[in-house]
Amino acid sequence: MTALLRKSRDRLGRGFVLLPPFLWMFLFFLVPFLFVLKISFSEAIIASPPFAPLFEYDPDEGVVRAVLRFFNYGYLIDDDLYLRAYLNSLKVAAVSTVICLLIGYPMALAIARSPKARQPLLLVLIMLPFWTSLLIRVYAWIGILRQDGVVNNILMGLGVIDEPLVLLQTVFATYVGIVYAYLPFMILPLYAVLEKQDTSLLEAARDLGARPIVTFMSVTLPLSTTGIIAGSMLVFIPVVGEFVIPALLSGNSTLMIGKVLWTEFFSNRDWPVASAVAIVMLVVLLIPIMIFQNQQSKERN
Amino acid sequence: MPRFLKISLWIGMAFLYVPIFVLIIYSFNSSRRGSVWGGFSTHWYGELFRDEKILQAAWISLKIGVYSATGATVLGVLASVVLVRFGAFKGRRLFSSLVSAPLVMPEVITGISLLLLFISAEQFLGWPAQRGILTITIAHITFCTAFVIVVVQPRLADMDSSLEEASRDLGAGPATTFCLVTLPIIAPALMSAWLLAFILSFDDLVIASFTSGPGATTLPMLIFSKIKIAVSPDVNALATLIILTVGIALTLVMLGLRKGRKQ
Repeated sequence: MTALLRKSRDRLGRGFVLLPPFLWMFLFFLVPFLFVLKISFSEAIIASPPFAPLFEYDPDEGVVRAVLRFFNYGYLIDDDLYLRAYLNSLKVAAVSTVICLLIGYPMALAIARSPKARQPLLLVLIMLPFWTSLLIRVYAWIGILRQDGVVNNILMGLGVIDEPLVLLQTVFATYVGIVYAYLPFMILPLYAVLEKQDTSLLEAARDLGARPIVTFMSVTLPLSTTGIIAGSMLVFIPVVGEFVIPALLSGNSTLMIGKVLWTEFFSNRDWPVASAVAIVMLVVLLIPIMIFQNQQSKERN
Repeated sequence: MPRFLKISLWIGMAFLYVPIFVLIIYSFNSSRRGSVWGGFSTHWYGELFRDEKILQAAWISLKIGVYSATGATVLGVLASVVLVRFGAFKGRRLFSSLVSAPLVMPEVITGISLLLLFISAEQFLGWPAQRGILTITIAHITFCTAFVIVVVQPRLADMDSSLEEASRDLGAGPATTFCLVTLPIIAPALMSAWLLAFILSFDDLVIASFTSGPGATTLPMLIFSKIKIAVSPDVNALATLIILTVGIALTLVMLGLRKGRKQ
């Protein structure tokens, strides 16, 4: 009897632990997508809020009618601005992910192979910039890349160039900003898997006469795929919708969908089109997000 | 370690830190034109503290940061307990997806969806009557919780569970055990999770811009509107102050972590 009582009390206790985070995320993360979907079928009007209601009451017939307007999606297809922005965002995200991987992998490996006592300090050094304001760190690059910025001053001072280079508001600046901001997201999951790797495998490979590069390709790299996938998704998915970096560093050089959505929403005040843009972005990102989720739940088990 | 790895680590570190140092150096530049060195001066710091708008925005951001970090830490700890201690249960996958998806969700999507939720709720329920600190806080708790879990969950999983079992065996209930045994042990992780959530909230521009209303301009919103138009040297000073504050807070947390580990 007491065992039964204790069991039911425990179950109640579990409910108290589980429900608050579940309900919160359900209500404020999952449910909102339904409203984005709903408003993407609405029409922009000059009112507050600036969209037409989806459900209309018809007093003559006494029925409520739902009017789904698909023209926001038609608009996304007709105007090739959107398609180009989606494709370019995917391209920028993919290229940035590869660059982050190429820079981040050796860094993560270097930390994982450092003396155990020094690793925490190195990790803190990687995380520290991430803990300071992203907005401010991106802003710092404006001062570096401007016409009269640090890079141009140094290069001209050294006599390497006569005229200042145009660095800011270019595709180059976009990539610098994105790689800079997202590099820690790549390094940390890579470090997590590399640090756990059994070094006796490396010793075995070396003892059997494998050259370092062969050992790397056949042991280290394949054993770190989970870290590569996790890091790549942590970079790729948010970069597709990135707004701050293209807004500050790209000028008109790089068309990105996050900025398009922002403009539709805040400048054009066309909330239904902005919602449609968001829905399509979500659909595009569904597969990468599912890959990421799979990875996460595998790690948790 | 091969020399190549060492070199790439230090070049990478330089890449991460040079912009921050440049910013700090230029915050002491007396010249109005950001890039020309006009001599050492703390002029822009004085300017900063006379600027009512900046002080007000900083105060709003500080409040939102404290509320959001606290809320996210509570929810994140509960969610971590679910993920680490509850084993397999029906809906575990949904739960785990729901609490980790905000990590990667582009901010513009989170922002627009929360705003549309708030507006619909206002139409049908009359709440929230206006958007501002409360709606931004709700939005920030939502995405910060995922980051809290990233920090707290591994710590909880690594923890020696025999202490909890001992407490249960001695007759303490699960809630008592959690408060008196588990929480003190993971306290350092809680501190860093809270701080991370605070910084993420304090720094957020995109989600706050969507979910804010008239009268609630956060510090990042103000900074963004300033630097979009022109370079403003006072932003350098502000940035330096933020970086230094965060640096000091982090050092304290790290020292706390170290002490906790030694004990």
